[in-house]
Amino acid sequence: MLNFILRRVLVAIPTILVLIIFSFLLMHSAPGGPFTSERPLPPEVMANIEAKYGLDQPLWKQMYDYVIGIVTQFDFGPSFRYKDRSVNDIIAQGFPVTLTYGSIAFVVAVVSGVTLGAVAALRQNTWLDYFAVGVSIGAQVLPNFVMAPLLVLVFTLYLGWLPGGGWEGGQIQFIILPVIALATSYMASIARITRSSMLEVLRSNFIRTAKAKGLPSRKIILGHALKPSLLPVISYLGPAFVAMITGSVIIDVYFSTGGIGQLFVNSALNRDYSTIMGITILTGVLTISFNTLVDILYAWIDPKIRY
Amino acid sequence: MRYATTKMTAALLAASFLSGPVLAAGTHPTTGEALADDQTFTYRVLDEHSSVDPQIVEDVSGAEIVRDLFEGLYNQDEDGNLVPGVALSHEVSDDKLTYTFKLRDNAKWSNGEPVTANDFVFAWKRAVNPETASPYAWYMELMSIANGADIIAGEKPVDELGVKAVDDLTLEVTLSQPLPYFPQMVTHSTTFPSPEAVIAEHGADWTKPGNIVSNGAYILTEHVLNERSVRERNEMYWDNENTILDKVVAVVINDENQALTRYMAGELDRTEVPAGQFPRLKEENPDEAINFPRLCNYYYTFNLSDGGPEAFKDVRVRKALAYAVDRNVIVENVLQGGQFPAYTFTPGATAGFEVPEVDYANWSQAERDEKAKELLAEAGYGPDNPLSFDMLYNTSEAHKKIATVMSQMWKQKLGVEATLNNMEWKTFLDVRGKQDFELARGAWCGDYNEASTFLDLVTSPSGYNDGKYSNATVDELMTGARTAENPQENYTQVEMTLAEEMPVIPVYHYAGVYMLNDQLKNWPINNVEQNWYSKNLYKVAE
Repeated sequence: MLNFILRRVLVAIPTILVLIIFSFLLMHSAPGGPFTSERPLPPEVMANIEAKYGLDQPLWKQMYDYVIGIVTQFDFGPSFRYKDRSVNDIIAQGFPVTLTYGSIAFVVAVVSGVTLGAVAALRQNTWLDYFAVGVSIGAQVLPNFVMAPLLVLVFTLYLGWLPGGGWEGGQIQFIILPVIALATSYMASIARITRSSMLEVLRSNFIRTAKAKGLPSRKIILGHALKPSLLPVISYLGPAFVAMITGSVIIDVYFSTGGIGQLFVNSALNRDYSTIMGITILTGVLTISFNTLVDILYAWIDPKIRY
Repeated sequence: MRYATTKMTAALLAASFLSGPVLAAGTHPTTGEALADDQTFTYRVLDEHSSVDPQIVEDVSGAEIVRDLFEGLYNQDEDGNLVPGVALSHEVSDDKLTYTFKLRDNAKWSNGEPVTANDFVFAWKRAVNPETASPYAWYMELMSIANGADIIAGEKPVDELGVKAVDDLTLEVTLSQPLPYFPQMVTHSTTFPSPEAVIAEHGADWTKPGNIVSNGAYILTEHVLNERSVRERNEMYWDNENTILDKVVAVVINDENQALTRYMAGELDRTEVPAGQFPRLKEENPDEAINFPRLCNYYYTFNLSDGGPEAFKDVRVRKALAYAVDRNVIVENVLQGGQFPAYTFTPGATAGFEVPEVDYANWSQAERDEKAKELLAEAGYGPDNPLSFDMLYNTSEAHKKIATVMSQMWKQKLGVEATLNNMEWKTFLDVRGKQDFELARGAWCGDYNEASTFLDLVTSPSGYNDGKYSNATVDELMTGARTAENPQENYTQVEMTLAEEMPVIPVYHYAGVYMLNDQLKNWPINNVEQNWYSKNLYKVAE
């Protein structure tokens, strides 16, 4: 197992490098630049700015300096757009926000999704099943860009119970709506995956054997059926978790949370090269880490899998 | 018991007098209105500001914050007129090249240090210093300060900038050419003073809350990127006694409909009204929905460069297209926010600008349409040889609506095929800047309240002249206007030439369309540049 983890880490390094090179080239190939503005800057002013940010260097040199800065000093450079901030600063402020509401939404989505899916599978074709399937389809057809404004309309404007946006350092009343808006569609997916995989497991031979030898159904479900039926769910959860904690632009935009999801999109629109790179690398590292974690979980859940 | 109560009341009263401004809970000193206890103003901004460093800031929402945090030589009043800021007055030399500003002796930084002429000298040199790499360095060039352009280009040392502190309270500025509107230009944030010692101490981090020292009515106390920034009363400000608002919060909300919902829920005191919603909101909340003219224009520019379409080189085609646009429909049925149909490039709201009588402005739309049909036929376009071109705008719901309406008008009236093409902002700017378009949207908000801020755009050397219109007479008139006693004549001639040659299609002039809490008073709706200062606002009790 240790060997496996080590191998994964070794593979991760070139993967990240490739990610950096590709994002860098892609970004620089987009028309316009960080300092393209409605009033075109006089050439001498532009030259001063480009010199300050090293944009007058050849592309390979810029990329080299950038990677060296990260490796030696963990410095992601200054933001090209938010000139009072460094990218380290920006991520240090935005990431905890998305991490907070993303993790909570993740827990909510997993607990409610797995419960809903399991209940539906166990009571297949009863009203409970129809109800659970109904709820999950309902949640699926209400994507977060519909959920978010709807929630604000109901809970902020009509009922006046919760604030319609802001973060204020993460007080509970500011977290609730973003969590619900983010969690619903994930919950729906998790419920559907759990239900179908559980149905499949319940029909398999070893469950039939367990039933035949007269085990109580509680024991069959918790002891035998649940673990294997969670396998597909877990492979879904790895990337889902990363997507949730690196934020959703919709959630950030509607709730003004200051999270990094919105920042990612805005910095792409602003051609804020250093900020895009910083968030891309963060997302890349997280994705690789959690995929590795999922693989380890796999081995633990399914003894047939060996690395 | 009675004794105790009295004593306590007295103590409380004394405490409230000592601890804070007398005005906070009370009545307005001049109008006598009862003031609200909570003097907090919360407003929506579309996007996070770029910086609060006066010499670095480049966007409108950043400049709004900087105007509260710092104070320049002059401020603007509710109507946009100059009023003393740190400077009390100025004198101009006979050759109009030297301006001497007298500064007030009671201006202080938030750390208690006095504001001196040296702070301005430091800031202005900082703005042109190539090392600062200020995106607004061009503004200092525009101000024509002696040697400014050479310093920015790295051809002269920074110390040779034409600005010096004669003594602590006297600032002398030397210009390279006379500039009648120079005093108006010092209300811009690039010209605000900055604290040398603090910048030296904290470097790039000097604008962070806790580090920042400023000389305006407010200090920055909190800033969370993409969420909000908070500025609070600066007790050291020279006019703190007359400042009523205690706290101003800017909340970043990208989506304007979401912002409107939050306004309706009482979370905001001000937000913009999305296009087309003003009439409904005005009916439901007559005291809160407001609109007023702004110093901005909206137009489409023909690509007149060598690479541009042949058809647009014919003035008859340009005129036909410009005439056939029914601006009243766009303003009254699409935007519905009190915008003004535009027939000239410069908005009528511009100070000292008299709208010239351009011919087609006075025709009826039917007459314009008739003329358009004639001109297009003369130019050789018709059912057998239909005119078709690409119409470029940056991605936005409102721009799309306008482009759709315009192309429909052309199709119905003239049989012209305009293909709509939208692009994301930076790509749009890049493409338009490279003249890789046929007809493209443009808009401009005045940098200062004078017609040249608009008309300079149609001169050949202008960096924003993406249509590459070039007319030597127009260039000459605009150069002449800089030093003319009465530049209006030149402006009239330029506008007349524009109406005759139609290098751009003026569509409308902007209006500010806000939802504004009716408790918040003194919003400067007559200030067309919308240079507002929180220190002049106040909230009345409900």
